[in-house]
Amino acid sequence: MATGGAVITALTATQRAGAQAPTMHPHQAALGETKPSHYGHGNMITVGDVDLARNGFDPTALLTDWERGTVSRLPDGRTLRTFEIVGEDKEIEVAPGIMFPAWTFNGRVPGPTLRATEGERLRIVFKNQGSHTHTMHFHGIHSARMDGIPGAGEVLPGGEFTYEFDALPFGCHLYHCHSLPLKRHIHKGMYGAFIVDPDPERHPEQALIARTRLLGTPENKNWQELVMVMNGFDTNFDNENEIYAVHSVAHHFSKHPIRIDRARPVRIYLVNVLEFDLINSFHLHANFFDYFDHGTTLTPTLKTVDTIMQCQAQRGILEFTYQKHETGLYMFHAHQSEFAELGWMGMFDVAEATS
Amino acid sequence: MSEVTRAQRDAARPRPPVSGASLLWVVLPLLALVLSTVWLVGSDWLRAFDTGAPPVEKLTFERTILDGDGIHVTVRAGGSEPVTIAQVQVDDAYWTFRQEPPGPLDRLAAAWLHIPYPWVLGEKHEIKVVSKTGTTFKKEIEVAVPTPQPQIGVLGPQALLGAFVGIVPVVIGMLFYPALRGFGGQRMNFLLALTVGLLVFLFIDSLKEAIEFGIKAASAFQGIAMVLVVAAIAFIVLFVVGRRHGTPTGVALAAYIALGIGLHNFGEGLAIGAAFAAGVAGLGMFLVMGFTLHNVTEGIGIVAPLLDSRPSFPTFVWLALLAGAPAIPGLWLGSVSYAPQWSALALAIGAGAILQVIVEVSAYLAQSAAKRGERWMTPSALAGLVVGLGVMYATAILVKV
Repeated sequence: MATGGAVITALTATQRAGAQAPTMHPHQAALGETKPSHYGHGNMITVGDVDLARNGFDPTALLTDWERGTVSRLPDGRTLRTFEIVGEDKEIEVAPGIMFPAWTFNGRVPGPTLRATEGERLRIVFKNQGSHTHTMHFHGIHSARMDGIPGAGEVLPGGEFTYEFDALPFGCHLYHCHSLPLKRHIHKGMYGAFIVDPDPERHPEQALIARTRLLGTPENKNWQELVMVMNGFDTNFDNENEIYAVHSVAHHFSKHPIRIDRARPVRIYLVNVLEFDLINSFHLHANFFDYFDHGTTLTPTLKTVDTIMQCQAQRGILEFTYQKHETGLYMFHAHQSEFAELGWMGMFDVAEATS
Repeated sequence: MSEVTRAQRDAARPRPPVSGASLLWVVLPLLALVLSTVWLVGSDWLRAFDTGAPPVEKLTFERTILDGDGIHVTVRAGGSEPVTIAQVQVDDAYWTFRQEPPGPLDRLAAAWLHIPYPWVLGEKHEIKVVSKTGTTFKKEIEVAVPTPQPQIGVLGPQALLGAFVGIVPVVIGMLFYPALRGFGGQRMNFLLALTVGLLVFLFIDSLKEAIEFGIKAASAFQGIAMVLVVAAIAFIVLFVVGRRHGTPTGVALAAYIALGIGLHNFGEGLAIGAAFAAGVAGLGMFLVMGFTLHNVTEGIGIVAPLLDSRPSFPTFVWLALLAGAPAIPGLWLGSVSYAPQWSALALAIGAGAILQVIVEVSAYLAQSAAKRGERWMTPSALAGLVVGLGVMYATAILVKV
């Protein structure tokens, strides 16, 4: 065990030092040789690295990139939160060297993670600068006029529409384009996470738990919060995905493990938007988590599990900790092996806090 | 006008000197070609046809080698722009790979992909190459077996196998020669027609196989056109060479038949070798005996034009070798996994050569019938034709791998 730990540490150090370099030497590992070139995946990996600067977004940065919009007060004293979203066509690199002609919200896939607080008034100004008609359809509570479907808030290229509703219910939600054909509009990249934090005043009996979920509170700061949108890409348009990922780039989190402070708890807002495949899943190695389906409750809907599955648009919150674990690389992936091997696989690099 | 007078007149007429004017009319068209190319490239007016669609990409798999290091394949590019290979999947998993030489593949350029994948003996695998545009190209490995390496230890048994399916049956067929010698008239007609029948079958078989390989080759090779063009050229060349001294008869005709059959056996060797290399056929005794039986008829066909003459023993030996021995190099080449266009080429030449002997044996049949004052198309000739085709088809059932 001790030697194993040493090997892992050494490899981790190499990966940190030269994250770009070690991906281009596949052939040295002959069959039967037991020493893999990459910890955890051996030769089962994409070759090379994605040009994140050209893409304009880094999947690692997206994990904690909360879009808060601009805040103002309504005459009745309520908070009005306004988001501005632009629909645009953009070619993105979804695996090293593989370009995909995407339709995006704000030039990234997934679109911005909109984060609000329960009960706020939300205004989403959507400008469509893409080549096709688009909408923003929110999973939440709103009027028929604000549903973002053909006939209600559909925006022609060059047009604009403002969706307005209350941030309800609290939970982990999503938004996506609902123009037709729906399948094409979703898998081309038009989706994003929509998180509504609980208002502790509305949940007096569970106020403390609610405060840990409310972004910006001292209780919330102790948590390491990450958003993960599980998606895929059908690069040859045969209604089957060639790429599976979290935040679009195949194997990104295998090559760039997510740093986790061992001492602090982890909360993942997990959203599945995968097209074509019936379900997607999340499996955590060497650990168990509590799960809040849709995130609409403050008590777990599933306790102590290490695998959950989600159909398209299903989402939830995962809570777990590595406090009692040794440091090291801990894997997570879809437990459809095919998805994992086609890109939906990653690593948590659990380490002591560096402060 | 007789040939002599025409030749005399041509010689008498003064040849026009190579003047500056005629040279100009060589240079001018070439200059026009260069100028139009420069204009096309320089003005870029073709841009008007640019629809914004992604480039057409084509990738053809040629060789596949499985060994202790994993899977190695050669790919050849086609299409409108160079193909950039971005990633490789094996059995729906992204796998590391090394491209040799690296970089985008120009039209008709080929490269090796070395994939350190732990393939499983006897099972099916699928390689999927993903290009820059996300287009995928699939190659199925039906049954994974190690690709035979061209080693001395393997060459021996393969040569023996080639000799058994190529030379042995031809020799057996030739052994009927003394019994056939007494043939005359209708029986002779029957035998020659039988030869034509078997050759027609071999022609169809060669052409079919050639076209099948041609379709597998990269599209720029234009598989079917290449096969037909090469077969036509082979036919014309052999036909003209064969008729230098008039219609070939006797040993000369037998030699052309042996050559055509030899080229066909070369192709058959390629197919057997490739089938075993790809693991799609087990080398059963039944299969080998099938080939032997199938090829016995060929020996009879070769000696059919020799019934009037009395050839020496060495003549029979080299005829047998010419017809049977090419199966040996065919097997060697076939088993090391080669690109499909080479098989198509070899089989197309064979088809052309067989067509030549079909024409010549038919001519010989007609001539010898005329010499005896008979019509060539007699019931016995018709029967020979049908029996030749039928026997070859029936025995081929045993050997289709």
